[in-house]
Amino acid sequence: MSDSEEPQQKTVIGIAFGNSNSSIAFTSPDGKAEVIANEEGDRQIPSVLSYVGDEEYHGAQAKSHLIRNPKNTIAYFRDFLGKSFADIDPTNAHSSAHPIQHETGVAFSVEEKTGAEPSTLTVSEITTRHIKRLQESASDFLGKQIDGCVITVPTDFSDAQRKLLAEASKASGLEVLQIIQEPVASLLAYTAREETSHPVDKTVLVLDIGGTRTDAAVIASRGGMFTLLATQHDYELGGRQFDDALVDHFSKEFIKKHKTDPRENERSLAKLRLECEATKKTLSLSTSAQISIESLAGGFDFHSTVNRLRFDLLSKKLVDQIVGLVESVVKKAGMDLSDINEVILAGGTSHTPKIASRIQQLFPSTTAVQAPATNPNALNPSELSARGAAIQASLIAEFEAEDIEQSTHPAVTVTPHLAKAIGVVIHSPEGDEGKAEDKVYVFLEAETAVPARRTATFVGTKVGGDVLIRIVEAKKESVDITPPKEVKEKTAGDDDDEDDDDDDEEEEEEKVIKRITEVEKVIAEALLKDVKKGQKVEVMLNVAGDLTLTITARVVGGKGGVRGTVPGRA
Amino acid sequence: MNVVATKHTLLQAEPEWPHEGSFHILEHLTEPTHRNLEPVGPHYLAHARRKRHHRTFSEDDRIVAAQQAKNVEDADPGEISEPEDAMLLSRDPKDWKNQDHYAVLGISKYRWKATDEQIKRAHRKKVLKHHPDKKAAAGGVDDDNFFKCIQKAMEILTDPVKRRQYDSVDESADVDPPSRKAKGNIYKLWNPVFDSEGRFSKKKPVPRFGDDKSTKAEVEEFYNFWYNFDSWRTFEYLDEDVPDDNENRDQKRHVERKNKAARAKRKTEDTARLRKVVDDALAMDARLQKFRKEERLQKDAKKIAREAEERRLVEEAKKKAEEDARRKEEEEAALKASKADAKKAKEAAKNAAKKNKRLLRKGAEDANYFHADGAAPPDVITNVLADVELLITKLDNEELDVVAKKLAGLKVPDEIKSVLMEGIRGTISKGSTAEGDFKALLK
Repeated sequence: MSDSEEPQQKTVIGIAFGNSNSSIAFTSPDGKAEVIANEEGDRQIPSVLSYVGDEEYHGAQAKSHLIRNPKNTIAYFRDFLGKSFADIDPTNAHSSAHPIQHETGVAFSVEEKTGAEPSTLTVSEITTRHIKRLQESASDFLGKQIDGCVITVPTDFSDAQRKLLAEASKASGLEVLQIIQEPVASLLAYTAREETSHPVDKTVLVLDIGGTRTDAAVIASRGGMFTLLATQHDYELGGRQFDDALVDHFSKEFIKKHKTDPRENERSLAKLRLECEATKKTLSLSTSAQISIESLAGGFDFHSTVNRLRFDLLSKKLVDQIVGLVESVVKKAGMDLSDINEVILAGGTSHTPKIASRIQQLFPSTTAVQAPATNPNALNPSELSARGAAIQASLIAEFEAEDIEQSTHPAVTVTPHLAKAIGVVIHSPEGDEGKAEDKVYVFLEAETAVPARRTATFVGTKVGGDVLIRIVEAKKESVDITPPKEVKEKTAGDDDDEDDDDDDEEEEEEKVIKRITEVEKVIAEALLKDVKKGQKVEVMLNVAGDLTLTITARVVGGKGGVRGTVPGRA
Repeated sequence: MNVVATKHTLLQAEPEWPHEGSFHILEHLTEPTHRNLEPVGPHYLAHARRKRHHRTFSEDDRIVAAQQAKNVEDADPGEISEPEDAMLLSRDPKDWKNQDHYAVLGISKYRWKATDEQIKRAHRKKVLKHHPDKKAAAGGVDDDNFFKCIQKAMEILTDPVKRRQYDSVDESADVDPPSRKAKGNIYKLWNPVFDSEGRFSKKKPVPRFGDDKSTKAEVEEFYNFWYNFDSWRTFEYLDEDVPDDNENRDQKRHVERKNKAARAKRKTEDTARLRKVVDDALAMDARLQKFRKEERLQKDAKKIAREAEERRLVEEAKKKAEEDARRKEEEEAALKASKADAKKAKEAAKNAAKKNKRLLRKGAEDANYFHADGAAPPDVITNVLADVELLITKLDNEELDVVAKKLAGLKVPDEIKSVLMEGIRGTISKGSTAEGDFKALLK
């Protein structure tokens, strides 16, 4: 065959670079993002590198070396990237290679070769090696050279950290097309799945419960464009804490039987922790799980079972903390819980059913909670970031570097957002409460990036004649519609949950608050003449970048119409 | 664009619309907050595209739609289907040297213009149709001859070296040059010839023959290019098969030498042929004559212009000379006339002066030479007359005239005397006489 073939399509992947686990995903030719398994079949590849003898181990293999060779095993290094030694919290790395100060940054000292002097590896260097291994796995799976990638990072990653990450990736031979934020990637993974090309406007809370930390973000999704409204982090709350709850539980059981505490021995603790992590994962899928460790401590084997209810009890405090974090981030965004239309649970720990059900209880029933426990169609929470990154990568694969640079420049990303929702007053005959009242149909929600446009059709009027189109700015208000007291006492809840969390649940149900959209000020009025009974009216609102509002209204299938412009405030 | 269909009812307007026109503004929108959009997702990319290129929604929709439409076009470049005649289907694959590879793949209308993509697709189509397994399954004879032809054609057309060799001798792609007596639009006749010859050019792009609107520079460049044509055309394809056996080395070398010579000969012939084609084109090219004629016309026009200029200059000089002569004549005549006038005036002045002098003298005489009574003694007369004479000589014609006019009609001697004395004083004050010069009148 001739060698002058057409340039092949670029092969690009998405990488979710986590503190505990990383995953890689690609977009198949039919546009679906799929997560790639590495050689060992893992889709969640532990971000761990271990040096044993002359060999470098990566992923699950390296993680198992946490038991035998913790000193030469590097784990939980992502959050150290680009930070000074004084700023890092080394707690997580306690049971693996310890971080040391190196020049201005952080490094690890490991024996790369048997008998050789321990070498100092900076976090950047380790990141490079980690990404190189991920890239190798991806190109082995796809059978092609990887040309570029999109990497996800937490929202609190500084510009300097992002730059270092891009450099580290480049050093491994993988060009970084773009670095995107984890919650946004998770949201993209869901929105890209929707069939319609015009996504619904919604406000989404992305709750990312990872291995070592929990991040919550409120994102306004308007016309498929995302704006971060608020973020909140908890660096001491994650899967590890859930593991520790089980570790403590089993340790007590072990002490009762054998009078030795497995937590006192590093090696025993590492063994127990690894097994507890596996047990926790099993509990997400079934209601009970077994644990069996040979020679856990003092030469004793350990066998036990635990059921989900027990685990939920053990982790109640942690779940409470997560709920607190969610409430605080919604507050920080200046919103009410009922303003959140959708909650996306991301991160490995989100598999835990109790977390999902508690979140579902926290929000009104209209809020969709996307987690495996509450929605059978939900995507795997562990894979969300990687999928989002892969989707983004496929979108920009054919872009020039300069195009990406320009498109992500603040001059383009910083955009005016509507302060108030814009809508049209609609006639609501015999409203919900039995009385006729005028409501607002919201065209453009608050926090919509402009320029924006929306179109909707209405039924003209019931009797025919002239139609008044009143364009208003609206705001949401909480109205207390608590029914008169005495209904209190016990409401029917889940029987098995009642004992553990009855008190705060009841408090929440005490008040019934309804959020309604109210007219704040009337912007303009338009008159559409002679609309016959039952004819449809199409109204289009277009807000330009300078906040010039253009309204076009016409009878569907009819001629003429009315058009008006409200100039922006200079 | 997305239209949300709602079941909501709009407001019924009041019967009285209090505003002018059907649109009424009450307020501006609230000031926006500036926030950072996440640069992620297809809708953001659309937003970035609009913002960077300053497009509105509808403009962007149109441009994107146009691009998509184009993409569809690219993806479907028309069906490649040419009828397969029985002759072609029954070809012997061993005779591949004489096979029309393009026809076998059904792309004979593209020939050397066929892209790799087109060849690949055409091959795929033919394979799907003529695969021997398919024929066998359909109960046909196990005949894979034409399939072999297809594979051979594919082998040659997808190998850049072999394709060039085949294209070099692909006479079906040649366009015969028009005969010298050919009638009609020579541009229509010659353009395809050079387009087809141009396929062998190492240098791209190849200049086109053009049309009657081509400029002189273009035409010159065209002939320059074709007289210095750098061709990659080779004739390996027509080589005689070199015997493959090791036994007869001499025979092998002989054939190789023969092939080499044949190739060189063909190449020379081809160069000569092309040169003749270009010569023919040059001979038939009316544009060169046109350019020459235009040049000549230009030259002529210049010459005519120069001559006209010269003529004009001569005429101008002549006219100027005539003009000068005429003016001179006129001037002379005028001078003569003015001289005559001056003479006459002089005469007149002389006469007037004579008359005036007479008047003066007569005045003195009429006043009895200013003698009180009786006849004036002769010395008085003499003195008075001498004074008058002196006055006359000292007065110029105008002054004389003034004095004479004052004297006219005067009878009283004193008045006459005072007039005369005034005249005398005038002369004294002028300094032309002294008081002592006048003996009688001033006493």
